Amino acid sequence: MSIQAQPIPQRPSAEPLPPPTERFTVLGWLYKNLFNTWYNALLTVVMVMLIALAVRAVGEWALNVARWEVITANLRLFAVGQYPITALWRAWACVVVLWALAGLSLGLWSRRAYGSIALLLAFPFVLGILAQDETTRWALLGAAAAAAAGFLLGQLRQRWLRRLALAGWVAYFPLVIVLIAGLGSEAPLLPSVPTNLWGGLLLTLLLTVVGIVFSFPLGVLLALGRRSKLPILSALSVIYIEVIRGVPFVTVLFMAQLMLPLFLPGVTIDRVVRAMAGVVLFSAAYLAENVRGGLQAIPRGQYEAAYALGFKPWQTTLLIILPQALKAVIPILVGQFIALFKDTSLVVIVGLLDLMGIAKTVLAQPDFLGLQAEVYAFVALVYGVFSFLMSALSQRLEQRLNTAR
Amino acid sequence: MTQAPQANENDPIIICRDVHKWYGHFHALRGINMEVQRGEVVVIFGPSGSGKSTFIRTINRLEEHQRGQIIVDGIELTHDVRNIERIRAETGMVFQQFNLFPHLTVLENITLAPIWVRGWKRDQAEEVAMQLLKRVGIPEQAHKYPGQLSGGQQQRVAIARALAMQPKIMLFDEPTSALDPEMIKEVLDVMIELAESGMTMIVVTHEMGFARAVADTMYFFDKGQIVESGTPEQIFEDPREERTRLFISQILSH
Ligand SMILES: Nc1ncnc2c1ncn2[C@@H]1O[C@H](COP(=O)(O)OP(=O)(O)O)[C@@H](O)[C@H]1O
Ligand SMILES: [Mg+2]
Repeated sequence: MSIQAQPIPQRPSAEPLPPPTERFTVLGWLYKNLFNTWYNALLTVVMVMLIALAVRAVGEWALNVARWEVITANLRLFAVGQYPITALWRAWACVVVLWALAGLSLGLWSRRAYGSIALLLAFPFVLGILAQDETTRWALLGAAAAAAAGFLLGQLRQRWLRRLALAGWVAYFPLVIVLIAGLGSEAPLLPSVPTNLWGGLLLTLLLTVVGIVFSFPLGVLLALGRRSKLPILSALSVIYIEVIRGVPFVTVLFMAQLMLPLFLPGVTIDRVVRAMAGVVLFSAAYLAENVRGGLQAIPRGQYEAAYALGFKPWQTTLLIILPQALKAVIPILVGQFIALFKDTSLVVIVGLLDLMGIAKTVLAQPDFLGLQAEVYAFVALVYGVFSFLMSALSQRLEQRLNTAR
Repeated sequence: MTQAPQANENDPIIICRDVHKWYGHFHALRGINMEVQRGEVVVIFGPSGSGKSTFIRTINRLEEHQRGQIIVDGIELTHDVRNIERIRAETGMVFQQFNLFPHLTVLENITLAPIWVRGWKRDQAEEVAMQLLKRVGIPEQAHKYPGQLSGGQQQRVAIARALAMQPKIMLFDEPTSALDPEMIKEVLDVMIELAESGMTMIVVTHEMGFARAVADTMYFFDKGQIVESGTPEQIFEDPREERTRLFISQILSH
């Protein structure tokens, strides 16, 4: 060995170098993202001009031309249809409880959710300030206060509070049904409100929520049934799923209106309930196919590991396979639920006055003939806001459940 | 409970007599005979496709055998579902691909079966799980998800998960074949410790160092049959069959 061998020069410092930083400047950002090539620059200029034109035209119309009285004069119709004024507090109670639960959940489970809680508070607060009607104002301010109280309570982050919040969400759906439908014609506090008086956004949301809550378990069962080794079960599931998927939604709605009474002779079933049944039956078939996709993505090794540990087949499905399969299809399911929400507007065809149906009746009022643009713009805005909320919520859920970081 | 045939302590814990298995027309197992004593460590090796996995999986009935007899701890494997579930609860299995449950934390992976299959209280199951995690050397990972662990750590969790059921037998199907070289040792160390603690083990592996260190009996599989069996000394120093000698020299030359 040569004595001249030099030690390998060490790097001068053991300190790791910090990553190169780039100063953020507005001009730099604009250049990098919007003007980095000539065609990108051209595209940017053209798009900015088009957007400016569109915004100006819409703004001009919305501020100077549109006659928004058609909306303000009919707000209650849009919201609840013919739901009696004396029972209106029951719909408001649903809103207030929902806001309280949402505030509590944000406080308990979300970190740095200041944007969400600000929106949750500001929305009813601003509307409440603007509201002309006393009841509306106090109900909206009450909702904001309930959300704030829930959020603050949630900061305690106690285990029993989490249990309470979960129980609250589970109990919320039956609570809404009891509040809206009532407890019977003689009930002193909550007399029944016949469903033919339900309408507007209230009916749209009820159809959607009932559709989701009932089609979910039914769809999961159908998906499991389709994969079952029992030939009769799997054949029945396949037939059901394929028949429903082969038929337009409107047909299913009509079938539910006409056929359900034939299947259940002697029982008179409400028209709204029949429509709900149609929504559930339709949605379940699609849900089943989506869930089946998730089930197929689970590798065989998961079943084998579960069986090797001694789990029974039903335990394997419930504890190991379904949670993974459902998690994998959350985005698809939410997309399906958003579609369901918008599809409920087809119940107009069987004579129900949901948000869309109310829009039609409002347009028939002699005072507001020809105001299609205003009415449909408003309805579109309402559908848009709710769809956006659903998809934002699903992204939250996905991030929370992501365990493969 | 009472009608279960109680196995004698000195009887073999696993008895396989003339076990056959077909996949369609393909004859995957052609008459396997094996007896495993309590506390014995068995190593099975042989070329790919020789039926090692198929055989080890018939012991907890992940695969059904079609002829012959398999008796585990005095219970014969038949179509009787209750027998199958009892044998599975007493037999731990570790897979090449780990097969941890990705939606559960490490701790939940380990406690799920004791809670649902054995009916333990959660606190008790978690205590046992933490002890096992210490035993396999990763107690600090208890609240992570499998996707956040290295392969070697995942396989050690898989071993802890199987041990949490307090099995009488542990089956390993190529537990280190999916691991990067630097992680093989950490898993083998756990298995060696387990073997020395007296666990009955059947291990499919080509880790000959492991076999030499802890195997009591080695079986060489080829084409669905046992070509040769014996102690590690016999198999390594003086194999009866030319095929065995050839195969060992091939894997040792790697
Ligand atoms: N599910 C199956 N269907 C059909 N053939 C299979 C199946 N599983 C294994 N085999 C075949 O059985 C033979 C033995 O497989 P296996 O037990 O996995 O071998 P080893 O584990 O020794 O590599 C192989 O030829 C394989 O192709
Ligand atoms: Mg194999």
